[in-house]
Amino acid sequence: MSDIPSDLRYAASHEWARLEADGSVSVGISDHAQEALGDVVYVELPEIGQQLTAGQQAGVVESVKAASDIYAPISGEVVAINDQLTDAPESVNSEPYGSWFFRIQPSDASELDKLLDAEGYKASCDAEA
Amino acid sequence: MGQRTPLYDQHLALGAKMVDFGGWDMPLHYGSQVEEHHQVRRDCGVFDVSHMTVVDVRGADAKAYLQRLLANDVDRLGQVGKALYTAMLNERGGVVDDLIVYLAEEGYRLVVNASTRDKDLAWMQAHAEGFAVEVTERPELAMLAIQGPHARARTAELVSQARAALIQELKPFNGRAVGDWFIGRTGYTGEDGLEIILPAAEAPDFLSELVGAGIPPIGLGARDTLRLEAGLNLYGQDMTEDVSPLQANMGWTVAWEPAERDFVGRAALEAQKAQSDLPKLVGLVLEERGVLRAHQIVRVNGVGEGEITSGSFSPTLGKAIALARVPAGAGDRAEVEIRGKWYPVRVVQPTFVRHGKVLV
Repeated sequence: MSDIPSDLRYAASHEWARLEADGSVSVGISDHAQEALGDVVYVELPEIGQQLTAGQQAGVVESVKAASDIYAPISGEVVAINDQLTDAPESVNSEPYGSWFFRIQPSDASELDKLLDAEGYKASCDAEA
Repeated sequence: MGQRTPLYDQHLALGAKMVDFGGWDMPLHYGSQVEEHHQVRRDCGVFDVSHMTVVDVRGADAKAYLQRLLANDVDRLGQVGKALYTAMLNERGGVVDDLIVYLAEEGYRLVVNASTRDKDLAWMQAHAEGFAVEVTERPELAMLAIQGPHARARTAELVSQARAALIQELKPFNGRAVGDWFIGRTGYTGEDGLEIILPAAEAPDFLSELVGAGIPPIGLGARDTLRLEAGLNLYGQDMTEDVSPLQANMGWTVAWEPAERDFVGRAALEAQKAQSDLPKLVGLVLEERGVLRAHQIVRVNGVGEGEITSGSFSPTLGKAIALARVPAGAGDRAEVEIRGKWYPVRVVQPTFVRHGKVLV
């Protein structure tokens, strides 16, 4: 059973989103996603300053099994990227919710509400199976 | 539901992620294939390889039969216990399978691939016509491989005195029976280790003892990255029925002498040998971030194109490696197309790691 924390929002494409105290949104991939991918060996992050629209490809997570695109769950500007993932990609597997890939300053805060909650994401994963 | 080895329930109990492999339900990993890979290179680990096919060949014509059937020459096996690696070819010189053959007390023991079982057995039976020989599959036997620098010592601690004594004596690439077990100092990882063939009913307890003593179970994911680092071919990827051993880095396994030994595929292979422009199997190393994968196109400037046959991330090197079939004129640099972009790679010998040491 994969872990789906209830305080996060999710995209059907398996990214999680967390609203931070400063209004930015951190993005990573879910436990379900890391389990399906297997050992992560490389992560490609967006550039700071990049403007993303919701659903746009924002990076790549490459595992021993396959390379998988990561999509921006909401629109906005990339304000930070997690360089630590470059040196320790395996943390995506061991701590999927502690391993943020990038932070977006949202251009439209209501987009966060359009994402799935934990229950909705679980239903989405079950439907995929 | 695929076929299951006698260790299936234990794999589940050990937390294995199971996948289909050639019609068998096998453990891909037990948590992390990268971690399992490191465990084998640094210490040791145990693999369930019971899906492999064990075939005993006996009878007055056993030797003559195998000298006809196999591209390597069993006459090279000078005493009981010696083993060799060989291809079994079709009439076009293409590889039907690759296998290991041991000279046993009586006749020979062959270990062939799981995915080619039916094809191999039919082929071997068909070619037994006219030879006084019995070709007998041994499906009631299971097989466990314990591999790594400490594999032999750790295993010897856990088995009977007679078996421990054999483990200590066995030279590399030798295998002998002890009671109803057969122990080979062989493997598919590039490390020292053992492959133990034993009655299926005894395999679960033996695996429990090994794991109970702290020897970690290792899945197929790590098995693939280990063998790739060691430059060991995988049938169905690095060679097929349409690929000759000369194009698969297996030229050294073909015994041309004595010239009078007419093995299946010899004529086709002789004709090929006379050509100087055969594609060759080489190693590739990607110095940048990314993973090389089977079927990616390889481009050699001014020479032509080839294809990756096996590729993966190498945990020991920390970068991607591959085996690739490239044109004869390829030098030490090439480019690989990964998801629409070209990346430079180093072209190297097709062996990347041996006994834990990086060679490239």
